[in-house]
Formats: sequence, structure tokens, C-alpha cells
Amino acid sequence: MSIRTPFEQTYYPPVPTRLTQFFRTNLIWQFFRFLVLNIKILRMVRKH
Amino acid sequence: MARLLILGAGIAGQTAALHAKNRLGSEHEVVVVSPNSQWNWIPSNIWVGTGYMKAEQVTFPLAPVYKKTGVTFHQAKAVSIHPEGDETTAQPFVTVEYTSPEQRGTTANVTYDYLINSTGPKLNFGATKGLGPEANSLSVCTYGHADQTAKALQVVIDRMKKGEPQTLLIGTGHGNCTCQGAAFEYLFNVEYELRRQQVRDKARIIWISNEQELGDFGMGGMFIKRGGYVTHSRVFTESLYTERGIEWITQAHVKEVMPGETAYENLDGEEKSVKHDFAMLLPPFSGVGLKAYNKANEDITSELFAPNGFMLVDGDYTKKPYEAWKPEDWPETYQNPKYKNIFAVGIAFAPPHAISKPMISVKGTPIFPTPPRTGMPSGVMARQVTYNITDMMNGKETEPTRKASLAHMGAACIASAGANFLHGTAVSMTVYPIIPDFEKYPDTGRELGSTSGEIGLAGHWIKHLLHYAFIYKAKANPFWRIVPE
Ligand SMILES: Cc1cc2nc3c(=O)[nH]c(=O)nc-3n(C[C@H](O)[C@H](O)[C@H](O)COP(=O)(O)OP(=O)(O)OC[C@H]3O[C@@H](n4cnc5c(N)ncnc54)[C@H](O)[C@@H]3O)c2cc1C
Repeated sequence: MSIRTPFEQTYYPPVPTRLTQFFRTNLIWQFFRFLVLNIKILRMVRKH
Repeated sequence: MARLLILGAGIAGQTAALHAKNRLGSEHEVVVVSPNSQWNWIPSNIWVGTGYMKAEQVTFPLAPVYKKTGVTFHQAKAVSIHPEGDETTAQPFVTVEYTSPEQRGTTANVTYDYLINSTGPKLNFGATKGLGPEANSLSVCTYGHADQTAKALQVVIDRMKKGEPQTLLIGTGHGNCTCQGAAFEYLFNVEYELRRQQVRDKARIIWISNEQELGDFGMGGMFIKRGGYVTHSRVFTESLYTERGIEWITQAHVKEVMPGETAYENLDGEEKSVKHDFAMLLPPFSGVGLKAYNKANEDITSELFAPNGFMLVDGDYTKKPYEAWKPEDWPETYQNPKYKNIFAVGIAFAPPHAISKPMISVKGTPIFPTPPRTGMPSGVMARQVTYNITDMMNGKETEPTRKASLAHMGAACIASAGANFLHGTAVSMTVYPIIPDFEKYPDTGRELGSTSGEIGLAGHWIKHLLHYAFIYKAKANPFWRIVPE
């Protein structure tokens, strides 16, 4: 089943490229994102 | 010696109890009343619901923690609040009914000097005909429900393994539901589990929700900066559903769940239905139904509670149109305006209005999410309120000085989208402020620099880390205070 049937709800949204999908579970990139996300969350915690 | 009485031992109640005992020491007494002997890290219930975790991994017994910390624990449910005492005493008290096996059904009056109501929600399955685990749909709201749901999921997976196609319906079971985020997490964890068990091609997965559009999450969605654009969360959410082959029905008020079929009304007033082999639909929330009586034993419930059962605090509850909503409508100290020694935190306080724009169907049915009150804000408001109360008990202050308005608070939310240490993902979101401020941020309602969302394995690691960190903290293990709310 193609996710892209003309004019159906799944026809329009952007879908990630293979590269984007690769980076979502790439260990090195995700380790870096882990650090960044923790900093973002801590910044949020600090706001109150 | 004064007594702080805390009703409920959930995320907010436990935060309040531990901070209170830590600040009051043996000078004053901290008493917790809660009907369940176990503490539950509710966010991980979605993993119990897919079989990724067992109920024992998301719970622990409360009594030993309270014994260790010196908090008095009554395994009981609060029934009524008597803020003026009664004919025999001027001391305020709460009538409780014990739920422990030894004392089940007996009642007692527990007096207080300060009261925190953190009783969370009543899971209002009764609002929709046929909704709930005792009728025709499943739930992941409690660890017991989630356990039952995992078993039902495995049944449909086994059928798919035998080659039978199955339809799974996941979402919200009423037009007024909140907690879309939890249903969203369960949806994507189920989708992941079906792939893991190699039956994804046999499954049709349908999302149903009362949101206006995907990505609303009960907070009107959010705008984030991505790829050179400022984009609404709807775009990213639709993208994820499309990528994972999930169909969606939005603007839906579920009217009835029958065996194998769910009937709903949409904003256009159309009556529709969807057939399914498995349905996990979250219930709407209401207050737990506490009553209140004055000294003369007259019912004053409506003075303490909103009609939906949530407790009135220092918010602006005047009815006004969406366009007139202001950040200042939201409570700051969570103090009851009439009885100044009563506070309500977490899900138990009455929000002044929704966050998402209210939508009414052409037939007059309200179909829009009520405001989410997630773990982080619940913890933060519990801590701030406890600091205020302990300052007053210790004689340092005469009124609350710290504020915890959702209009000035941010939230971080990690929504699991598949649980695996190498191949899992989660959506990591930060939002500031929780309540949009269109005067300060006219285009987006929120600060773009602090509002973000991304999907990846790192989010799953964080979600796992938070699972252990919050259970560690709730057990009051050494240095628990360094784990932020
Ligand atoms: C499936 C699911 C997943 C979720 N996932 C997330 C997530 O990933 N991140 C997040 O931030 N939030 C999440 N949430 C929301 C989060 O669980 C709530 O924000 C949080 O639990 C609210 O805390 P609370 O203390 O107000 O209520 P609760 O945690 O529900 O605690 C209420 C307490 O009051 C007790 N109680 C009930 N009735 C009485 C009574 N009559 N007398 C005395 N005590 C009583 C209950 O037994 C309980 O101990 C999720 C919610 C659900 C249902």
C-alpha cells in the first residue's frame, strides 16, 4: 500500500527522507541530541 | 505542632509530601491520605500496555517510603472536606474511608491546619456509553488497565500471526477528553510493537480524537522553527502518522463503544462509526467527587469545587469568549479563595478554561480537548505550593509568596514512539509558556526559542532515564532532591 494516494489525508504531509530517518537512530548523532535535549530540558526546569 | 494533610499520592501529592517533610522536620506533622497502597509512575503505563514493561516496574509500595521519611499514611480515600469543622469542633477536618484490607469501609475524620488536594482525576468512563475496561474498550490510565490492555493486544497480534487482518482504534473516548499525548504515545508504541512482532502488514491502525487537528494535544498545538520555516505541530504530527501508515479521525466525539464498533459525532454534526478488533480509548477526566460541608453541615460543595468536580483556586473563572482569554486567568498560588488554608495542585485544580479554542458541533456538542496538566507542571506547582505552606507553618510568611502559573511555566514532554534502546524513538517537546500569551508573542503565542520538537532515539533514552529518575525520587532515596520536578 502506498502512503501517497492522491487527495487522501496522507497525500499532503511531508515525509522524512531516508537520511532524516537514518539520523533519528544514528547513535553518534543521537548521543549529541541527547546532550542537547537534556540541556533544553534543564533550561526549562530553571525557568521556574 | 501543626498538621499538613495531603490528599492523594500521585505525582503532585508525592512531590508535596516529600518536600513538606523535608522542610518541616519533626516540628510539624505531614499526613497523606490515598486509596492505593502503591505509587505509580503513570507515564510508563503506556509501556505496560504494550508488554514492554511489567506493572511491578512502574509501581512500588508507599507505606515503607512514608515510614522511612516520617510521613503518616492513611490508605483511604477522602470523601468530604469540612473546612469549618462541625457542631462539635472548630478544627477543619476531612472525612476519609479506609481502603486497606484491614480497615476497609471504616471511616475517620482526619483534622488539618493546611490541606493540599492532589487527588488527580476521576477516570470518567461513565460519560460515554460502553467506554472502558469494564465495558467495550481498553485503557492505559492505571497500571491494572494497562496490564489488561497488553493481554488484549497480544490476542490481536496472535490473530494477525495466523494471517487474520485486524483493525486497531486508539485515541480519546469522548468530546471533552484531555491527555491526547498519552493516547498518542500508546498509538506509536503499538505500531512499533506490531512491527517488532512482524505483523504490521496485517494491521489497520486508526487514531480517533477530539482535537481539531492532529498535533493539537489540548494546548492549541505549538509553533516551532524547522527547516527555515515556522511550522505548526500539525505538520510534524501528520508527517509521523503518514510515515507510520496510521489513519486519523479528528474532531470526533465518541458517543458509544459497542463490541467491535465505535460510534461518533463530528463537528459537522455527522453521525459515523468505525469497526475495530481492538479499541484503546482514554476517558474524559473529572474531579474525584469530593463533597464539602460547612459548620452547620450544609452542603457547600459548589463553593469549593467547579461543576466538573475540580477544586476552585485563585484563577479567574468568569465565563468569557476565547478572544478574551488572558494568561492572568490562570491560577498562581492554587489557594482556595474562601478557605485560605486549602490548596489544590496537579490535575485536581479547576482550570479557568481550555487552552485549545473551544469548538461546538452543528448539533451543539462541545468537541475540543480540556487542558492537559502533565507531570512536570504538576510537580512544579506541588513544590511551590508546599514551599508556601511550609513557610507559613514555620512562621516565615503569612501568605503564599511563590507562584507557579502555567502562563509563566514551561514544560518538557517526551512522547514515546517506540521502545527500544537502539531502534526506538520518542518525540521530545519543549513548550514555553504552557498557556499561550498572544500579547507577548502575537504570532505564535509562545517563545519560539524555547518551543521545540524533534523525533529520535535520544528521546527514548531520556524517557527511560526519567522513568528511573522519578521512581528513585518518589522513593525518597538518597539525594532525591537533585532530581528536578
Ligand atoms: C497513560 C498516561 C500517560 C501519561 N504520560 C505522561 C507523560 O509522558 N508525561 C507527563 O508529563 N505526563 C503524563 N501523563 C500525565 C500525568 O500522569 C499527570 O499529569 C499526573 O499524574 C498528574 O498528577 P496528579 O498528582 O495530579 O494526579 P495523579 O498522579 O493521578 O494522582 C492522584 C492521586 O490521588 C489519589 N486519589 C484519588 N482519589 C482520591 C481520594 N478520594 N482521596 C485521596 N486520594 C485520592 C490517587 O490514588 C492518586 O494517588 C500521563 C497520563 C496518563 C493517564
